[in-house]
Amino acid sequence: MSSQRTIRIALAAVTGVALLVSAACGSNGGAGSSGSGSASQASSPSAGGQSGSSSGSASASGSGSASASGSGSASSSGSGSASASGSGSASGSGSASASGSAGASWTVPANMPKANLTILFGSSGDAETNALKAATADWAKKTGSTVQVTPASNLDQQLAQGFSSNTPPDLFYMDPSKLGTYAKAGNLWSYGDKLPNKSDFYPALVQSFTYQGQLYCAPKDQSTLALWINTDDWSKAGLTDSDIPTNWDQLDAVAKKLSTDGRVGLSLSPTRDRVDAFFVQNGGYLVNDDGTKATVNSDQNVKALTFVKKLLTDGAMKWSSDLNTGWGGEAFGTNKAAMTIEGPWMFGALSSDYPNIKYKIVPLPAGPTGTKGTLVFTNCWAISAASKNHDQAMNLVEYLTQPSVEMQFAKAFGVIPSVQSAQADYLKEFPDNKVFVDGIAYAKGVVSAPGVTEVLSDFDSQLGTLASGDPKSILDSVQTNLQAALSGS
Amino acid sequence: MTTTPNTSTESPGTDPGAVPAVKRRGGIRGREGMAGWIFVTPVVVILGLFLLLPIIVAIWVSISDWGGKGSPLGANFVGADNYEALLTKPGLSQQNLATSLRNNLYYVILVVPIQTVLALVLASILNGRRLKGKGFFRTAFYFPSVTSSVAIVTVFLFMFTGTGVVNHILGWFGIHGPNWFNDPRGVLRLILGGLHIINPDSPPGWLVNNHFLGMSWYDWLSGPSVAMCALIILAVWTTGGTFMLMFLAALQDVPDDVLEAARVDGATRWQTFRSVTLPALRPTLFLVITLGLIGTWQVFDQIYLTGGGGPAKTTLTPAFLSYQAAFGDYKWGQGAAISFILFAIIIVLTIIQRLVMRERKKLPRRRRFGTVPPVGSGSETVAAATAGGSR
Repeated sequence: MSSQRTIRIALAAVTGVALLVSAACGSNGGAGSSGSGSASQASSPSAGGQSGSSSGSASASGSGSASASGSGSASSSGSGSASASGSGSASGSGSASASGSAGASWTVPANMPKANLTILFGSSGDAETNALKAATADWAKKTGSTVQVTPASNLDQQLAQGFSSNTPPDLFYMDPSKLGTYAKAGNLWSYGDKLPNKSDFYPALVQSFTYQGQLYCAPKDQSTLALWINTDDWSKAGLTDSDIPTNWDQLDAVAKKLSTDGRVGLSLSPTRDRVDAFFVQNGGYLVNDDGTKATVNSDQNVKALTFVKKLLTDGAMKWSSDLNTGWGGEAFGTNKAAMTIEGPWMFGALSSDYPNIKYKIVPLPAGPTGTKGTLVFTNCWAISAASKNHDQAMNLVEYLTQPSVEMQFAKAFGVIPSVQSAQADYLKEFPDNKVFVDGIAYAKGVVSAPGVTEVLSDFDSQLGTLASGDPKSILDSVQTNLQAALSGS
Repeated sequence: MTTTPNTSTESPGTDPGAVPAVKRRGGIRGREGMAGWIFVTPVVVILGLFLLLPIIVAIWVSISDWGGKGSPLGANFVGADNYEALLTKPGLSQQNLATSLRNNLYYVILVVPIQTVLALVLASILNGRRLKGKGFFRTAFYFPSVTSSVAIVTVFLFMFTGTGVVNHILGWFGIHGPNWFNDPRGVLRLILGGLHIINPDSPPGWLVNNHFLGMSWYDWLSGPSVAMCALIILAVWTTGGTFMLMFLAALQDVPDDVLEAARVDGATRWQTFRSVTLPALRPTLFLVITLGLIGTWQVFDQIYLTGGGGPAKTTLTPAFLSYQAAFGDYKWGQGAAISFILFAIIIVLTIIQRLVMRERKKLPRRRRFGTVPPVGSGSETVAAATAGGSR
């Protein structure tokens, strides 16, 4: 009998630790094989809110998607109308690359040894993979090195395995929310301050990748949030261009007016990556300017979240999840919502999945004090500390962040360049996107500190119940957790 | 070490074939032992390498500050810090663990009994003599168990959307179904609120102000969320078939003569089932419940696929939290610590369950010395069946 007991307990022990073992060995069956899980995350940014890949910039499927379909001309109110119906050349091939006006020119150091570099990245699709392969092949040809480009099926997990076995990829995409965690663990080689074209990056992006006073890596692209309006619903509700909301009260009013026919006026993905924009518009944010102190439960933020709650309880707004959709874009595309707040990745989604929706993109309305605010998402070219080819990897980054190469990427898969010297060319090519480019001037980046992802996903989970919750107590709890993360406990 | 002699002294009664043979050759046992060790060496090496070593390293990680870079052996010893952060120190880690334990507790409490009963009922039906098309039903019921859980979860996600099949069918009966996988409301709380036992708008102070593991009693009492209920249905549906097969095998081992004797003695169908079949199934019941407990405490893939714990963390489980803490937040120590806490829970529950089920086993034996009931022969079957099952 007692042997039977031992066996049973051993059985329990074996299975009990099986999880750990599989974690230690790395390849977790469910995690590795899922495919669908991570793939869908890429095409719908922060769809579930919990996904962790919060940055919107990881998406935008389909190339040449920037042309607003048919009559859906993009006109922005207030700040100089960026319109042009039908839009300019629907891209595709890399047309004559614009020589950077102010950007630093890339050179190969005379004595740089050849190297075999590896790049691991979360791809939004074949367009991105192929564009990256082409650009790195050009660099390889010019330097005599080789570059192996691998799209990740689960970037976080593959990186974790690489770090622990001391064989990480030389270069990889990194979301700013991971910066603190990776930097603290000593996984990153900080090279941003050595870059000759450091001053060319937008300041908000530099801020996103600065940890403890150092710029760790070069931002590779950017996207900001704007208000997407369904023009058919808009005119049906009797609204005109003069009704385009420029402040919260107007947003509230038009959202209520648009909430008819079983449709809701405004729908957002239930995540801090949308709601935080309201904080910025009210002059607040999750952290103070240098990112050292949590300011989550400031009066401005409480007021902003109370406004969001009011939109929810008034029925003027619903979370995309409450409309049976995965993210704001889907709610907008299926016309369950007349407005949503999303970024430029919507172009790809709308043209491929919902080609009949006619829309207009305007800047987010300002807060009560007239403060404009939006959020900026980005990824950077991170270089592993364990890489043996730091110099070559940095040279490749310099190559990839040239205005001309960033423009190739913009044409291939719809990202917005991270360097200011490409702005003029970009706007000439994609005038519809002016509203997103303009947003960068008043945008806030993702908060970064070790362990911050856990805090922010906790915030997301609380936002789901905002309609029945108390804004102040939600923010209080996030404040406590975020401050704990920032002070490194 | 102590187990080996026990088996050899105990087994002659139950296992007359093998053990005497061993005893007969006692004289040249030394050499035999040597050969035995050589034969088991490959297994010992493999187990040591892939089981024992990872466990030891995991124990080390759980008491170190390893950040996921390079070998864990170079990390610093931090004592019980990781366990403290999870169990005693107020903060997000403790809160997450408490939430995940609550979710999983309700999951276990509902899944294990339901799937065991369902499996037993299905097996009993399939074991019926008069049933036609047994093979078809056996395959049909077992099918979910051999299907990829990824596929099943994906199908369930579609079925349980707000406008999915399930809500459509509920609509025929005039029921407006919830938005299953996006509904974080606790079912127990909904029921208590519906019965006016607890007012959800102002819950009683003693529930809100008393805390366990950093979570208020009121939150502990919320019950499984609607989203979790969908996962519970999924789990019951998938694993019911597996356990049905085990019960079916055990049912076919119940001796016909005993059943016949019971029938001759005038036992009704229910009495036969209750007093003959069920006791004979006890070893299998133990196995099914144990496997059920272990499996349900480790639920991971469903959680991973339905979006990692949402809505509002009501489907977060310790197994997923462990993965998330380690791979997502690089808190490898906490991740390892969570899995050891989970391990401890499973061990304790298994021991408790074993004690509970062993207690009852003694009853028939004692009865044999007193008045012999008509179904007394049944209890002998129990003993035989238990002994047989123990091998």
